[in-house]
Amino acid sequence: MLPRLGFESRVALRFLREGRMQTLLIVVGVAAGVAVVAYISALISGLQRNTLEKTLGAQAHVTLSAPEDAVLPPAPPASGTAGLLQTQPRAQRPRSIVNWQALLPVLEGQPGVVAVSPMVSGAGLALRGEAARSIALVGVELERYDRIVGLRSKVVQGQARLGPGEAVLGRELAGDLGVRVGDRVAIVVAGPQGNVTDTARVTALVDLGVRELNRRTLYLPLRAAQSLVGLPGGATNLDLKLADVWAADPLAVELARRYPYKVESWQQLNAQLVSALNAQSVSTTVIRAVVMIVVVLGIASVLVVSVVQKQREIGILRAMGATRAQVLRIFLLQGAVVGAVGSALGVLLAVLLIWAFTSFVRGSDGLPLFAITLAPGLALRIALIATACGVLAAVAPARRAAALDPAQAIRL
Amino acid sequence: MNTEARPLVELDGVRKRYNVGRPNEAEVLHGISLVLREREFAALIGPSGSGKSTLLNILGLLETMSEGSYRLQGEEVGGLDDAGLTLKRRAALGFVFQFHHLLPAFSALENVTLPALMRDGQVSTAQREHAREVLAAVGLAAAMDKRPGELSGGMQQRVAIARALVMRPPLVLADEPTGNLDRASSDEVFALMRRMHAELGTSFLIVTHDARLAERCDRIVELVDGRIERDGPLPSVSSSSSPPAARGSFHR
Repeated sequence: MLPRLGFESRVALRFLREGRMQTLLIVVGVAAGVAVVAYISALISGLQRNTLEKTLGAQAHVTLSAPEDAVLPPAPPASGTAGLLQTQPRAQRPRSIVNWQALLPVLEGQPGVVAVSPMVSGAGLALRGEAARSIALVGVELERYDRIVGLRSKVVQGQARLGPGEAVLGRELAGDLGVRVGDRVAIVVAGPQGNVTDTARVTALVDLGVRELNRRTLYLPLRAAQSLVGLPGGATNLDLKLADVWAADPLAVELARRYPYKVESWQQLNAQLVSALNAQSVSTTVIRAVVMIVVVLGIASVLVVSVVQKQREIGILRAMGATRAQVLRIFLLQGAVVGAVGSALGVLLAVLLIWAFTSFVRGSDGLPLFAITLAPGLALRIALIATACGVLAAVAPARRAAALDPAQAIRL
Repeated sequence: MNTEARPLVELDGVRKRYNVGRPNEAEVLHGISLVLREREFAALIGPSGSGKSTLLNILGLLETMSEGSYRLQGEEVGGLDDAGLTLKRRAALGFVFQFHHLLPAFSALENVTLPALMRDGQVSTAQREHAREVLAAVGLAAAMDKRPGELSGGMQQRVAIARALVMRPPLVLADEPTGNLDRASSDEVFALMRRMHAELGTSFLIVTHDARLAERCDRIVELVDGRIERDGPLPSVSSSSSPPAARGSFHR
């Protein structure tokens, strides 16, 4: 049971009110600290969310593909003889994942996996009139693939359909070839038995968020791509989408251990981005910790001064019958009140800063750079931590106050 | 001296040493034995450095003795820890100090209700009403909501007396209660303590330098160099012993 704090809270509030200037300064200090922490947290999480969305928008979280062709190592040379050490690496022909149809439901049953989509990818040329562009040929089932990258939401023109003889093009590729929705393009893929050719009608143009991808990507139905690349019934990759993007790495490791396939997570494919995000998170944590330490030290120093100033009053209270525990609680409460009031003001200030950021900082297109919001849960957590910091900061001064010898304190 | 009254304070062979075990170790009280009874009104006098303050602090449970026995209301307090001493102090003692020692952030009435707030965590209507009565009894009916800073020294000391008496402790310890006041205020404050003693039957032990006031107490204990030099009523004391008349309106 909590002891009733009527006496302690009354004296604590009165002490704070009495030291008007000190109290005001430290509350403003706490508010500034909390505002910085809340604002930075919201900004960085908004920035990271935005970066991840852009990156993962056109990418699967985990990709499974057939293992690469490798030269088998020769038997170790018999003693006394020399072996040939140089080997020519194998050319990587398109290869299908063995048995992918059976694998599909197994992967879908993995916990955390939201969607699985088979894909055939290859290199080719898109032709129209005299224009020829090299393309990344991507054969997918639209329904499944849409669940991985949300292709339909990236359509800028037309309506995405991938029926037999239909194609979806990146916006820049369509521009280069001079095709519009409804036009036909010819596709050529070089195979071991000569060129394979097909034509398709363009149903939609998409913006994948990266210009280079828009310039190269051409989506075909899975079946059409299979025959173009020469893998009838095959799939070169299986794309996985996960509920939690950060679960990709452990899942990739787990799958690679279990199946004889090459498994890559988006983190492995974007190592630089991931390390940048990590560096960002680490520096945010450092900033938060430093600000919190400064806040704690600020509160503590003000309370230490207050204990010295109030020695005589503490002595009187003790002579009147206040216990050490009561004196301790009076100062702990002061820390808590400063922390709580400061963090309430700080959260308000952060909301104001965020509003200013979203209202006044805009990209070159006049739209807000990215959405940042202060989640109520985060705000509450920061406020609670700041209040706890206030109590923590008050521990040393409060113990000092409680330990004062009343006879000496009164004489001062 | 009223010998059939029950003893409130019984000191036996109390010694106090400071800086024990260090080269500057010093004993300031050399075996004090003293009995204070209910309804006593006594002065504690002595030159500076005679150990008056130390003795008062020990009596007030603000300091612990090094040796000896101290029974307060029949209970030995020598073995109590800090929490036990605090609760005993709360129940049995009131304090009046030289420099008023009110809490400046609280009004006169709030200062007087603080002991109840401290004990119960809240102030009941009855307790607040009682505090008003005590303040009225010390002549401060009009100044209850003023802060100590807005009151004269004599008025502040009257608030302090009201605060010391509000929980009706059997003993009030006063450390130079008039030491900081002019003569008129001194007399006024002293007369108030005498009146409260008469009305409530509270025992007072007053440390004072003022021989004029000491002579008006029923008993004088004189301390010299940490020993009791003299203890007893002044031969010249005439009719000042308290008549059990005129009970205060707030005395139940």
